[in-house]
Amino acid sequence: MGNRLDLSHHINSRSRAGLGIFFCPGVAVPLLLLLSILFLQVIPAHAFSAETQVAQVSSTVESGAVKAVEGVEVKDKASELIKSYKAGKSKRLKKGPPAPALEAKDYPVVEGVSPRVTVWLAAQMHLWFAAFVLAVPIFVLILEVIGMVTGDSRYDRTAYEFIRVSITAYSITAITGGLLLLSLVVFYPALMGYLSSVFGSTMLGYGLLFFIESITLYIYYYGWGIMNDGGGLKRLHLFVGLLLNMSGTALMFIANAWVTFMMSPAGVDKMGAFQGGVFAAINNHLWSPMNLHRFVANIAYGGSIVGAYAAYQYLSSKSQASRAHYDWMGYTASLIAIGALLPIPFAGYWLTAEIYSYSQQMGITLMGGVFGWLFIIQAVLIGALFLAANYYLWCGMGRAEGGNRYTGYIKYIAIVLVLSFLVWFTPHNIVLTASETSALGGQYHPWLKALGLMPAKNTAVNIMVIFTYISFLLYRRSGKASTVPWASTATAVEVGLFGAAILNIIFLGVYYGYYTDNVYKVVSSIPQVMTTLTVILLSLCIEWLIFRRAERAGGFTWGRMPDRSQYALVLIAVSFTWLMGLMGFVRSAIRQNWHVYSIMKDNSPEAYTPSIAYAARVVSFGTIVFMALIIFIFWLSSLGKGEENKV
Amino acid sequence: MHKLLKLFLLILGIYVLLKLPGLLFGLPVPSSLILLYLFFAAIVTILVMTTSDASANELFSPIIALLEEPARVRQRNTIFVILPLFAALITYLAVRPDSEGVVGFRSVHPAPPAVIEAYGQTYDLGTLENPLRSLESSEPERFRSYVKEGGDIYFQNCFFCHGAKLDGRGHYAHALTPRPLTFQGSDTISQLQESYVFWRVVKGGPGLPKQAGPWASSMPAWEGILNEEEVWKVILFIYDYTGNKPRQWSH
Repeated sequence: MGNRLDLSHHINSRSRAGLGIFFCPGVAVPLLLLLSILFLQVIPAHAFSAETQVAQVSSTVESGAVKAVEGVEVKDKASELIKSYKAGKSKRLKKGPPAPALEAKDYPVVEGVSPRVTVWLAAQMHLWFAAFVLAVPIFVLILEVIGMVTGDSRYDRTAYEFIRVSITAYSITAITGGLLLLSLVVFYPALMGYLSSVFGSTMLGYGLLFFIESITLYIYYYGWGIMNDGGGLKRLHLFVGLLLNMSGTALMFIANAWVTFMMSPAGVDKMGAFQGGVFAAINNHLWSPMNLHRFVANIAYGGSIVGAYAAYQYLSSKSQASRAHYDWMGYTASLIAIGALLPIPFAGYWLTAEIYSYSQQMGITLMGGVFGWLFIIQAVLIGALFLAANYYLWCGMGRAEGGNRYTGYIKYIAIVLVLSFLVWFTPHNIVLTASETSALGGQYHPWLKALGLMPAKNTAVNIMVIFTYISFLLYRRSGKASTVPWASTATAVEVGLFGAAILNIIFLGVYYGYYTDNVYKVVSSIPQVMTTLTVILLSLCIEWLIFRRAERAGGFTWGRMPDRSQYALVLIAVSFTWLMGLMGFVRSAIRQNWHVYSIMKDNSPEAYTPSIAYAARVVSFGTIVFMALIIFIFWLSSLGKGEENKV
Repeated sequence: MHKLLKLFLLILGIYVLLKLPGLLFGLPVPSSLILLYLFFAAIVTILVMTTSDASANELFSPIIALLEEPARVRQRNTIFVILPLFAALITYLAVRPDSEGVVGFRSVHPAPPAVIEAYGQTYDLGTLENPLRSLESSEPERFRSYVKEGGDIYFQNCFFCHGAKLDGRGHYAHALTPRPLTFQGSDTISQLQESYVFWRVVKGGPGLPKQAGPWASSMPAWEGILNEEEVWKVILFIYDYTGNKPRQWSH
């Protein structure tokens, strides 16, 4: 049982907690959440009962104040709706009330507290922690399986350490989730009442799933040592891990349904009255792209946070053995983060294209209008992510004796990356001084404007992805020497494949992006992505064939990374956090003055779009608070480790 | 050549290269972009030069020597005086009062409203389509005649600013700030649905949302001058003449 991790001392010390775990936030908060949701189910029964809704709509209709969509008189439709709602009620149909037309007085006031900033920060904090704790169990389970199959105890040990980091974060996730719910109920009761009239059943399901997730997480974590018998118990442990991941992912999908419903409502009529089919509301226009985007991004984010943890431990390690362990852990985590980072631009592009396709107004607000300027910051941050990831891989070549064979290629990779970044963040609409505007004769630069369009950016990002993969490939090769006689031929084939793929990507981007019908601009991104994925998969196969019986060229000496490479890992985590905050704000803010786009108007005193500077300050403040909490969690985890080591 | 000198020369070279379009062709690369380009070029160069300890030491050794070696006290003190003065000069140049005005955050194609009121009715811009567009396939001859009528309307009303070649270089264009938009190329009207162009023509500059600066547009609101059919015809013409197709999400 070489790979068995001895954690019995740890389990024994933890088992003293006994039933105490049921009183920790991870369990108590779900219970609170469940109770709150049940309470919420009561609110509409009184404050938003059918009679109240109808009375509200009736009164506003009489005063001519109801507007379904800005500037449109909908008196007749509202009257019809009230009749049909009453008729539906009499026939006991499961249709819901129309969305209430709110006024400023419908929003409770707490002296000195800004409802928007409170909900904003609570939601953002919850999302950061939730992304982390949902992602970690996914790759912990994969690492555990790899450890079991390969018999390499490092995987098991690292997987356990990952889940230990996330367990403290899980409590804070639950607490911030509770804060978010309470702040919503306090400040936006009508919105929550309406949403519960549509999603009530899913809210109850959410609470239940949260409970299942908590229980399975605690069994998974506390049972790690005792179930590590390499046989039936270990398999049972893996099954519990699977349940944990399934419940966590289902939770995210449900929450995504609520959020995307607010952007692209479905399953309701024009007045917002629920038509009775909850799945129609869940499966709204943006649900699937949002699910995919968040799922992949969460994995990358989780990997980046664990990478930052490994960097923290690496930098504070006092022994070579510890440095070696955390170097390996940081490498594994960064591999997860970088691997998941590669498809994110494509998932993001799909989501954005669907937003455009759902609403021209939301789409243009997002990237061409007021929030277009934030996309320059987004592009810079994504550039920072790719650069930091490549830098970490380049430094990693120093781990291997054979690394010198490949360091000469770094500058060429860097040149391609820089050129791609320049295209990536050159905006179409440029920030100009008055004299520049005058000299250029408008807002666009005649030479650079082509770089501001999506075909150029898709081309650039695909090339960035390919060259980041090439950095990884060279890093992997630096520790190995091939023994097959046809290795150089296979390498030449690989080079040819990369060349052909890059030419194809450039052709698709230039020809279909600029010389054909506009509709191909979006569509051509699909073969571009397929080209990138295909060439990476083919290269992986060739690499496997070349090196499957390869001798090690000195192998990798773990713990030999320069300290500055660890700061690259920290930079990845910080960039991800800030990026998620900024883009999360933009995604939410493109609804503008609607709680539920085109259906339920936000008439609170804060129903205006804040300035970009203000939004950036709030998000930056949140990022600092989150990173401070994460460092606190890292410190707490290291305390637990010290106790383990003493035993 | 020492690495630090290489880094300095590289950055200088890129800066000169980025300044050339402005100096030679009167088409300056915007300063906001130059700053971003230089920042990333410098960062990546430094990263490449610090992938190994030996390389990093070589890059930073002159700086460390300047800061630590007792024999270099005079050089050190000189640098310590020059650097803050240089920073002060840059700050002064950045904040000194001038006639340049503030940097504009103008979006040429801002988000449209969900609906507009014009010609006594309400248009939902999310679903609005050019009613004459379908004739392109069903009645091509009639469609061509509408395009021609659109051309006549264009030359009677729009070409003074947007130009005979629809390139934004009409007779009046040079007197306007910002200048009228060109319709040529694949990055302007081809990015937009016809409903968007309809809104921009009908409501003009005054109809722009606040964040797009309604005061920074010379486009009149054509609502009181052209009727609805004329607006749709002129839209047919500008797409046809420039060889562009309107953006359509239904494809």
